Amino acid sequence: MTQLPSSTDRKMGLVIDLDTCVGCHACVISCKGWNTENYGAPLSDQDAYGANPSGTFLNRVHSYEVQPAEGHAQLIHFPKSCLHCEDAPCVTVCPTGASYKRVEDGIVLVNESDCIGCGLCAWSCPYGARELDQAEGVMKKCTLCVDRIYNENLPEVDRVPSCVRTCPAGARHFGDLGDPDSDVSKLVAERGGMDLMPEMGTKPVNKYLPPRPKDNVEDQIDILAPLLAPVAEEPKGFLGWLDKTLEKL
Amino acid sequence: MHPAPSVIIFTTLSGLGFGLLLFLGLGLPDVSGWIAFVFFAIAYALSVGGLMASTFHLGHPERAWKAFTQWKTSWLSREGWCAVIALIVMGLYAIGVIFLGQRWSLLGWIGALFSLLTVFTTSMIYTQLKTIPRWNMKLTPAMFLSFSLAGGALLAGQVRVALPLLLIAALVQILYWKKGDKALEESGTNLGTATGLGDRGAVRAFEPPHTGTNYLLREFVHVVGRKHAEKLRIISFVLAFVLPVILLLLPFGHFFALLAVASHLAGVATSRWLFFAQAEHVVGLYYGKR
Repeated sequence: MTQLPSSTDRKMGLVIDLDTCVGCHACVISCKGWNTENYGAPLSDQDAYGANPSGTFLNRVHSYEVQPAEGHAQLIHFPKSCLHCEDAPCVTVCPTGASYKRVEDGIVLVNESDCIGCGLCAWSCPYGARELDQAEGVMKKCTLCVDRIYNENLPEVDRVPSCVRTCPAGARHFGDLGDPDSDVSKLVAERGGMDLMPEMGTKPVNKYLPPRPKDNVEDQIDILAPLLAPVAEEPKGFLGWLDKTLEKL
Repeated sequence: MHPAPSVIIFTTLSGLGFGLLLFLGLGLPDVSGWIAFVFFAIAYALSVGGLMASTFHLGHPERAWKAFTQWKTSWLSREGWCAVIALIVMGLYAIGVIFLGQRWSLLGWIGALFSLLTVFTTSMIYTQLKTIPRWNMKLTPAMFLSFSLAGGALLAGQVRVALPLLLIAALVQILYWKKGDKALEESGTNLGTATGLGDRGAVRAFEPPHTGTNYLLREFVHVVGRKHAEKLRIISFVLAFVLPVILLLLPFGHFFALLAVASHLAGVATSRWLFFAQAEHVVGLYYGKR
């Protein structure tokens, strides 16, 4: 079971647009909401309303500042979840066969009834995509909403991962990255989609679209700028006298 | 990495226990009857005790037997097999030596080989992880094996073998620390490659995903205690190697031998604490914690 398939029929995955993400964390909330009450054990929280809350999440949004050699710094919001790697190290390290990659669509899943909660798969993942649920003692990870994408009880528009359905900015895309003619593959080709930590040799399926170059801000912000200069002339007459008198006091 | 007591106890004790089993399998010392019983009892207490400790950190220890199924790909599974085979074979060998006055040397050799393989497979669980550059090097198995052999020889009372083995282990330890300190930098992984944004400029973690902590930070981003690392290295080195070597050079007696073993054990445990506490998992980069 923990041998990786030599190839998968499809490579279902996400394309995340770092240019469009506004960092609202809606995908984090919808992911937790859907996945805590569907596939597998719930995503538990510890001390949720106390002083030191902590919980299991399958998707988290970081924010980074990039400072180029010249010009202004840029803030980039950075959602991160399982990348459903082709060479997933989390699958081969599993001693029980609980962790596996599906041949039909390449989704990496955990069979929770076989998981002994040793944590080795989380150790082997460079992306922090796996979290051991503290209440259940089993490993939780993104399922690519495997219980939504093929679910014929849902309207067709909802048959995408919860995070993709929710994103208000349209920064998340879902599709078959193994098919060069799919919309997501075209998007990756057009925008120069990239892998995270390619040197780890994990061959992630999920791709990230880099932020587009920003306009150069010249010294002159606007042709109207000179007209916006503050107008402060020396006061004359009574106000001038008052100003001088108050100054002397 | 979080230095969990369960894994430190496990690698320290079972490393020593399987090291002793290896020497007993080779017939060093050549004992029988009650003396042999004491030696085997110590070896089994250490190796089995260590293995039991390793199950403490499991979320579902009752399913641990399933870990024997994936030996084709998983080093953890291979370790389980090697340990069970070594313990069974050495158990049969021990029955012959203790109760029947028989030395089935082929069985002893096989048991010794699997004892060594158990230590090697344990080390490979850590060595295979590219995510932890400090572990992902050939010196990791070299360290586990040299420690186990030196400790085993010490426990088996093989002074003439123990001395050179302790010196080799000490050398490997120094090399491991030296190379390990540069491992993360030399791996080429940084926040730039982690985010794919490195070619645009200097990347800085601006906001974490949440205000509190999480499993990833607790498990992989251990920074407490690193400031004492240098001192702990010296303490561990003196206890594990310097003191035992001095004690072995003194006229041999049971008291000095016991002291040498206790000192070595404390030193190896400290070294193992550092092995975990100092290991940097690359996921910490995403949190700006490197």
